[in-house]
Amino acid sequence: MEILVILVPLALALGLAGLVAFLWSLRSGQYDDLDGAAWRAIADDDPPPEPQADLAQAKR
Amino acid sequence: MQVTRDFSHYVKEAGPGLQHIDLAVEGVHCAGCMAKIERGLSAMPDVTLARVNLTNKRVALEWKEGTLDPARFIDRLAELGYKAYPFETASAEATEVAESRFLLRCLGVAAFATMNVMMLSIPVWSGNVSDMLPEQRDFFHWLSALIALPAAAYAGQPFFRSAWRALSNKTTNMDVPISIGVCLALGMSVVETIHHAEHAYFDAAIMLLTFLLVGRFLDQNMRRRTRAVAGNLAALKAETAAKFVGPDEISQVPVAAIHPGDIVLLRPGERSAVDGTVIEGRSEIDQSLITGETLYVTADRGTPVYAGSMNVSGTLRVRVSAASEATLLAEITRLLDNALQARSRYMRLADRASRLYAPVVHAAALLTVLGWVFWGASWHDAVVTGVAVLIITCPCALGLAIPTVQTVASGAMFKSGVLLNSGDAIERLAEANHVIFDKTGTLTLPDLEVVNASGIPADAFALAGRLALSSHHPVAAAVATAVGAKSPIVGAVEEAGQGVRASVDGVELRLGRPSFCGAEQLVRDAELDAEASVVAFSRGAERFVISVRQGLRPDAKAVIAALQARRIGVEILSGDREAAVTAAAQALGVPEWRAGVTPADKIARIEELKARGIKVLMVGDGMNDAPSLAAAHVSMSPISAAHLSQATADLVFLGKPLAPVVAAIDYSRKALHLMRQNLWLAIGYNFLAVPIAISGIVTPLIAAAAMSGSSILVMLNALRARSASRRV
Repeated sequence: MEILVILVPLALALGLAGLVAFLWSLRSGQYDDLDGAAWRAIADDDPPPEPQADLAQAKR
Repeated sequence: MQVTRDFSHYVKEAGPGLQHIDLAVEGVHCAGCMAKIERGLSAMPDVTLARVNLTNKRVALEWKEGTLDPARFIDRLAELGYKAYPFETASAEATEVAESRFLLRCLGVAAFATMNVMMLSIPVWSGNVSDMLPEQRDFFHWLSALIALPAAAYAGQPFFRSAWRALSNKTTNMDVPISIGVCLALGMSVVETIHHAEHAYFDAAIMLLTFLLVGRFLDQNMRRRTRAVAGNLAALKAETAAKFVGPDEISQVPVAAIHPGDIVLLRPGERSAVDGTVIEGRSEIDQSLITGETLYVTADRGTPVYAGSMNVSGTLRVRVSAASEATLLAEITRLLDNALQARSRYMRLADRASRLYAPVVHAAALLTVLGWVFWGASWHDAVVTGVAVLIITCPCALGLAIPTVQTVASGAMFKSGVLLNSGDAIERLAEANHVIFDKTGTLTLPDLEVVNASGIPADAFALAGRLALSSHHPVAAAVATAVGAKSPIVGAVEEAGQGVRASVDGVELRLGRPSFCGAEQLVRDAELDAEASVVAFSRGAERFVISVRQGLRPDAKAVIAALQARRIGVEILSGDREAAVTAAAQALGVPEWRAGVTPADKIARIEELKARGIKVLMVGDGMNDAPSLAAAHVSMSPISAAHLSQATADLVFLGKPLAPVVAAIDYSRKALHLMRQNLWLAIGYNFLAVPIAISGIVTPLIAAAAMSGSSILVMLNALRARSASRRV
């Protein structure tokens, strides 16, 4: 049963880490725009054809 | 004359050397729009942040101080094909956002604690059956206390605060028994743990909080979304005015920056944002938003102009007598307050029932404890039983029964284009059995449309449309829209108050007043409908009459039929002329109508119906409707309505179709049905569970499980509110 000395703090630390991560994500505004986030996940990083001129200019 | 736009009112400091502005943008609805806007704006030099929020359709922009004029962002967005307006967060909305974040934080803490306490509870439950050392059990209990106590202290705040507020006002609400139940369960668990008892109830208390917070958060979120949409619509109305800052220089400023005594310019096609008096110029103004009357009024020196009137033909200089707040609106607002107060008596009655619940529960728990002690049980056992009673009667299911249905139903309504403005609108809408429609702006659309396009040769009509592009007159705009004209005729000249003329290939074209085009005889002979405005078009020697009117909403007839099929009475009350109202009523198949009705008459009619026991749904737009909206049992407004009626209507619907009216009635009827069902479920559960709890068979843990079970049942039942028949 000595294993509890490791397991219980470990479980609590993991849980706390989850809570801290949640609070951080909340503070950084990740829940402000849930609809937008859903679309951003599947949006292409490559720009569509039209603004490519802008990109080319930017690279130059 | 030079016009500048001044948006400094909306610009905020965003850190050292940075400025920030929020814009509400029309027509953003997909990932494509989002990427297009963000790339387009980021490409501007010195812009440090451009981020679209798709949920509330806004763009946040930051740039280096002093390098850019915010008006350029709006121009850039216009180039990209989006209409944008500066946005100022109303304080009410800011509070909602903060509240919703706080609830989410509480929910996060409570959920974390629930999971971890459960992790510790399950070994204890199984250990009680098999062989767990008492020391280990105590250790686990103490650990649970370590997690649950601070978590409950933090996550319970919304309930504790609300309960405290109620108690300090010497009333009670649902949060009082919740707070007492949670505190007692936690306190007793600590005592039990100190005495090395087998059971502690940290898990029950914290799980209860989590469940309740989920419900609260969802409800709050819905309200926040509605508020954001309403805020955007207010911004999109572009409440700006052209103010004279020099003898010949005007600046486009937000209405908030205009004060009485200022002089503003009102150009043709603009809606006045202020109350004032004309000091120079001559024009016709459309006051249909204020009086419901669709005939234009002639305005010249000395004519009063009210906020919401549309300037039709000439340019006017107006001296501001009252800025946006203290206006004609204030008068009507007073009327409204009285009407609203009369109604809240009904709501107080509904509240009393829920307030009765708390004392009954507390008395039952107390009697249980005393009863058991009286019959010879130990104080410890008696208190455990008492807490079980408190937990099992926790108004969870009862508290969830109405709000969850309300949340689910309002979500479904939101999807079909209806926003709820007041808490108990669903219950009242479900009872409505008679609908009164206002005509102007409600059954009809606020925009003008051409009615006799088929009677005009296509090539002539196309030319008329192109010519119309050169005029600001709203009727001309309607002609241009009907044609779909894109390219204006070069060299077209507008003659103020008369019309536009141009010549193409040596043929003279004129569009405007019949007299301007020499078409008086033709207009006199033509059979025109009473409500229409007439504009004439001449090409060489040819003459045409184009008749323009506010079109009926496309599905108005179907909606009226659908209402009648549901055995709901329909009638029209309008401030407009007899002929116009009769025409509309006959076109829609409405058997009952009254024309030329004043606001006081409308209220009198509603009171008369009320006295006969009829529950009236008033669907109206226009400021003159505001008092009758408040007097009716329940009210609804199209979003194009003047500010005031939006603020008082219980429901607001979006877009051109009228179908949301029927959808809202269907959803609310279904919702009311489910609310009643849920109430019976919750009451039935209490009737079964409470005697068992009092008899002492149930431990607090089983009580918590039963309570959760009943809550889940009620929640699942509430989900059915999403599906109501959608037939119109």
